Parts: sequence; structure tokens; C-alpha cells
Amino acid sequence: MELEAAAQFAQMGKFIGAGLPTMGLGGAGVGVGIIAGNFLSGALRNPSAAPGQMANLFVGIAFAEALGIFSFLIALLLMFAV
Amino acid sequence: MSEEASTGFAIHPMDQFIVKPLFGGDHIAFYTVTNVTMWMAIAVVVIAVLLVLGTRRRAIVPSRSQSVAELMYGFIHNMVEEVTGHEGVKYFPYVMTLFLFILFSNLLGLLPMSFTTTSHVAVTVVLALMVFLGVTILGFVKNGIGFLGMFWVTSAPLAIRPVLALIEVISYFVRPVSHSIRLAGNLMAGHAVIKVIAGFATLVVASPVVIGAVTALYGLELLVAVVQAYVFTILTCVYLRDAVGGAHH
Repeated sequence: MELEAAAQFAQMGKFIGAGLPTMGLGGAGVGVGIIAGNFLSGALRNPSAAPGQMANLFVGIAFAEALGIFSFLIALLLMFAV
Repeated sequence: MSEEASTGFAIHPMDQFIVKPLFGGDHIAFYTVTNVTMWMAIAVVVIAVLLVLGTRRRAIVPSRSQSVAELMYGFIHNMVEEVTGHEGVKYFPYVMTLFLFILFSNLLGLLPMSFTTTSHVAVTVVLALMVFLGVTILGFVKNGIGFLGMFWVTSAPLAIRPVLALIEVISYFVRPVSHSIRLAGNLMAGHAVIKVIAGFATLVVASPVVIGAVTALYGLELLVAVVQAYVFTILTCVYLRDAVGGAHH
């Protein structure tokens, strides 16, 4: 009985732990938003320079987003691997 | 805890990523033909057919398949030349191969009942490690030991250079990790979200909303498939620039 309670407690900890990394998605959202927003405000000031910076925009977004994906990975690891 | 109780979905959203042998048995060895192998082969065949058909006639006024092939070729060629400079153009065939393989794997994965090969880290990590090892070897071949100068930021004050060097080294070795996880994570998350939303369709009241939501998400996934292929290739070009262009510039 006590063992079962301990197992359920561990299960609960696992689910809480898997849920916590979703907060990392907020950080990725802020990062991507800042990049896209700054790109847009720059592009509206100087529209002729905007097409040449599309590659930089996507690279910046990819770098910011990677960290959000890492937190998703940790959630997956806690759910299915640990 | 039983499986049914833990999810509550009729179709588990992660079931679509299970690797199954095509011909009998559950045993998977390195030579087993699985659904991953099949869909990778289909992607290669589709690319070959598109490019062979597209370049067969070579008309002045291009047909539809020819203009698709030409547009992709021109797009990637421009990207390689712009990002890596003139020196990097000779690595264009490799970058083009990577782009086409990832793009078509992503797009074929969006077909209903198909399998997304690029949603598996095992697939993308091979692609990313090839780029990482290739770039590292190329950098040492081209610049000799001077390639290590990439980690020694000469534009920074001397006092903080060792700290920066440490950070640079760490970020260099994290590259293949983020390079592969980004592609696999995006694809896996997107496809799982579609399945989770589709799972709500068992509730009759919600089903019209679900159909709309799945259609919208499908459009988003189409965008993600193309953008992630683009991002993977452009990051390959960025890494390649370090190798062929030497240190920071």
C-alpha cells in the first residue's frame, strides 16, 4: 500500500516536471516576437532594405526558437524516457 | 497506470511516430526495411522524378515542372552565394541535396496516413552531424590550425577573451544538437498538435470547430515544413561560411 502511494507520488512528480518546461515556450515566444517586431519596424522605416534581410530574420528566429524546442525536448524526455 | 486512463484519446497522438517493420515480425535490426526507410526512399524517388522530368526538355519557355526545378535551383544557388560568398559555391550540390531531401520529407509527411521521417531525431541528427563534421574538417583543411582562431575573439578586450572563448567553444558543440532538434522538434510538435486536435473530434458537438482548426493547422504545418527546410539549409550555409571564410569577418 505504501509502495503504491510512493509510485503514484513519483508519477505525479513526473507529470508536474513534464509540465514545468512548457514555461520555456513563453521565453521562446518573447524572443521570436522581439525579432519579428523589430524586423517589421525596421522594414517599415526602410522598405527597400527589407528583402535583403529576410535570411537574417529567419536565422534569428531559428536561434531564438531552438531554446524553446529544447524545453519541449526536456518535457518529452521526462514524459517518455525517464 | 493503464494506457487508456493516462491519455483519454481514442488515437494516441504519438502513435504516428512508431517505427514499424514493413514485412512481418517486430524485430528491428539495422537492415530491416521499416516505414522510415520506405518514406525516405519515396522522397528520393519524388525528387529524382521531379528533377529528371523538369530538366528533360530544357525549353526556353519552361513547362511547369521545369520552372519548379529552376526556381528551387536558383533559390538555393542564390542563398549559398549570398551567405557563404563566392568561395562556398562549390559546396552548392551538397546544400541543394540537403534542402530537397528535407523539404520533400517534410511535405510527404503531411500526406494523411504517411510517415514523417524528419520528425525522428535519429534521422535529423545524421543530417546535422554530417554538416558539423564536414564543416569542422573543411575548416581545418582550409585554414589549418588557424581555424581555432574562430574561438579567440580578437575584437573583444583581452581580459574577457578566455570567457568568450569558452562560450564560443560550447556554442560550437551545441550546433549539431540545436540543428537537429529544431527540425525534428518542430515537425514532431506540429504533427502531434494536429492529432491532439483531431482527437477532440470524437466529441460530436466540437467536431465542426475541430475540422476548421485542423484545416488551419494543416496550412500552418505546410508553412512550417517549408520554413524549417529553409532554416536548416541556411544554417548549413552559415556554418559553412565559418569554414571557408576563416575566422570572424
